[in-house]
Amino acid sequence: MTGEALRPRDAESAAQLVALGMRPKQLPSRDSTYADLVGRYRDDDGFKDLVHSVAAGLGLVVLAVTEQSGAVLAATEESVFEIKMDEYARRTALQNRQSDKVLHGLAQLAVAALAFPRPDDLGNDSYVGRVSVELVDGAVREACRVLEERANGGGDPLSEAPELERVWRMYLRRPAAAATKDGRVASDTTRGIAARALRFLAEQGFLVAVGDSGVYRTTPRYQVQVRELAAQRTFDELLELGVLPATSAEGSLHVAAAETLT
Amino acid sequence: MLGDLGAADEAVTRRLKALACTAPLHDLDARKSHLEWVDAAGYQMSEIALQAIDQVTLAMDFDHGADQEQVVRRLVPFIAAQGPDRPVKEHDRVGHWVVDSLLNVGSVDRGFKVDYGAFDTEGRYVRRRFDFKLLVELAAPDGQVFLRATDEAINVLVGALDTDVESAQVAAEVKLENLIRRGRLGDARLAAEQARYRTVQYAEALRAKLDATQRDVRSVDWMAAVPELIEEALAHIESRYRAETAILSNIADARDDATEPARRRQAAELVVIVNDCIRRHTQLQARLQEAGAMFRAEQDRQQFSGSPQRASVDVFGQLLRPCLELGVATAVAPTSAFFGAVAGVRVPSVLSLGGLVETLLVPTVERDPFGAAVPEPDLMDAEPDRFSEEHWQRAGDLLQLPEVGRRLSGLLAEARTIDPELPGLVLLRVMHAVGSSISTARGQGDDGLCLAVDDGTVLDDEEFGGSDLLVTLAGLTRASDRASDPAAGPAVGPAVGLAADAEEVA
Repeated sequence: MTGEALRPRDAESAAQLVALGMRPKQLPSRDSTYADLVGRYRDDDGFKDLVHSVAAGLGLVVLAVTEQSGAVLAATEESVFEIKMDEYARRTALQNRQSDKVLHGLAQLAVAALAFPRPDDLGNDSYVGRVSVELVDGAVREACRVLEERANGGGDPLSEAPELERVWRMYLRRPAAAATKDGRVASDTTRGIAARALRFLAEQGFLVAVGDSGVYRTTPRYQVQVRELAAQRTFDELLELGVLPATSAEGSLHVAAAETLT
Repeated sequence: MLGDLGAADEAVTRRLKALACTAPLHDLDARKSHLEWVDAAGYQMSEIALQAIDQVTLAMDFDHGADQEQVVRRLVPFIAAQGPDRPVKEHDRVGHWVVDSLLNVGSVDRGFKVDYGAFDTEGRYVRRRFDFKLLVELAAPDGQVFLRATDEAINVLVGALDTDVESAQVAAEVKLENLIRRGRLGDARLAAEQARYRTVQYAEALRAKLDATQRDVRSVDWMAAVPELIEEALAHIESRYRAETAILSNIADARDDATEPARRRQAAELVVIVNDCIRRHTQLQARLQEAGAMFRAEQDRQQFSGSPQRASVDVFGQLLRPCLELGVATAVAPTSAFFGAVAGVRVPSVLSLGGLVETLLVPTVERDPFGAAVPEPDLMDAEPDRFSEEHWQRAGDLLQLPEVGRRLSGLLAEARTIDPELPGLVLLRVMHAVGSSISTARGQGDDGLCLAVDDGTVLDDEEFGGSDLLVTLAGLTRASDRASDPAAGPAVGPAVGLAADAEEVA
């Protein structure tokens, strides 16, 4: 098949696969056309290249195309498909802008960390993680508390330079929950922020709510997204900042390339 | 010399922080005069606040805290004692105001902060910020928000600032025993209460450790720190239990020996408090005994699986924790990077110029000023009425009764002579008159209404059966008519006039 010349019809199919990837709730297992396209992507290298080119032209990167996850896409920077933090966290007061941004980012990071608590879980394609607001907020708070204990004796933050305050201190200071006048949980609390993160990820098709219990389970798509892109990008950012995360005993930090997934 | 300065400095800092914790309470009384909805001069807000912290602390067990409503409900009797002649609603509002102020509702962090100066390691004077909270809100698993008192609040409350939990408890209980021996029960009660707060504080520290274990075994040091803690706590409970049992028997003696009613009552209250202390110790002990089993169960649950199948990043250890250690400004970049990469793609809504122009150029749909055509109704023949206009007219004439009224049998017989169909209508109208409502007739502005009364006589008729009703026409008079009539006495309602008429009928 690879030897044959590609026709306009193939371009249409490739674009169709990319378009299906933009509908996160559509899955190959529920749609035979989708399944056929995924099969073709797997078997036909020419088609695969075409899909990658179509995506690249649109400002997208193909992270993985598998039976379980469907086509997983990520937006490149400045692409029209990119979701900006400023849009996500736009309902915040200006004075807390910076800290709120960090808290929203942290909540996303914490959801991923709790959904895949061990490196193995992130690497194992059949692993399904479970997260809830309690789990996310509780774990981050505990981590902050440990850091606070360790920093004991370091003293309180300087009052002249709030931007130098450590993140854990800011997280601990923010209340976990606060009741509003109408009995809901306020959105600027850490639990409110974690709940927002979970709801958003569910809307994006990365998490699926398990009943009404407030527990979400991960989808293969989320695992791919965290493993292939988000974790790596954050790791690079931290390296750039000179923060060298300690390597765990479980292995090196090699991240598998997208091609080896199938 | 610098070392001396540092040590002295530390003590000053500790005292400054302790002092700061009381500031919100003073602030309550300073601010109360600004409240528009209450004349707050009569309320001692700081006293109410201390009571509120008491109530919250006492409601804190392992799993529970107090609901804000509950706390305010328990506060209201105390507030009412300060302003007995004020409305209950105001007491309630004052309670809410105090609790809200202790939470510092309205600030983003719902806490307090105070700046203080201190010397850093190089001997420079720097200003630092101390953040603290008195009450915090936490969410229960069912989503309900409840209150807990912070360590700062408990320390402020008991007045033992910046001390070690355990040694403070030992000290408090030694003091208690001394006080009992000397018979100073009022002070003994205070000391017993302090001991109880210490116990709560101790349980709180343990709860945090167990919670953390439940989440992630690795986050807690189960090799050394926790076993040590549990052992200490168990030894601690053992000694406390012994001490409290001894105290209990001492007080019981004191209570029985006491002749003064006041002292007797004090001793009895103390028994209750010490019993509560023992209950809390038992609860703590039960938790401690379960701790080991819980750890093993959690370890099984969170056990490490086989060798890694594909090397990956440890999101928690390598990404989240380093981010938490960064400064807020520095952390924006990595957290935003993670967000951008994990958020997936957004499908932008497309607004094309061509589409827009087309939409704008579409002529508006013209509407017919007369509206849509009215559908032709499909008419059917209606059932003819059983009684004609003439029947109704005749029946009406028949029921224009004389003053004394008539029997139904007579009416039916007369109707039968006019028209064979007429008795049916007359009967129906008389039946209707059995339950005549005066208020309806009056509402319609009728001059009179037909009344039918059953006096037990049986109807003897060829067509119908039942009671031979007495039928009459009752006149309706109005109070206003009577009032305008100078001959009438005091105005009476129409019902009175009717009753008179009806009586005549009977």
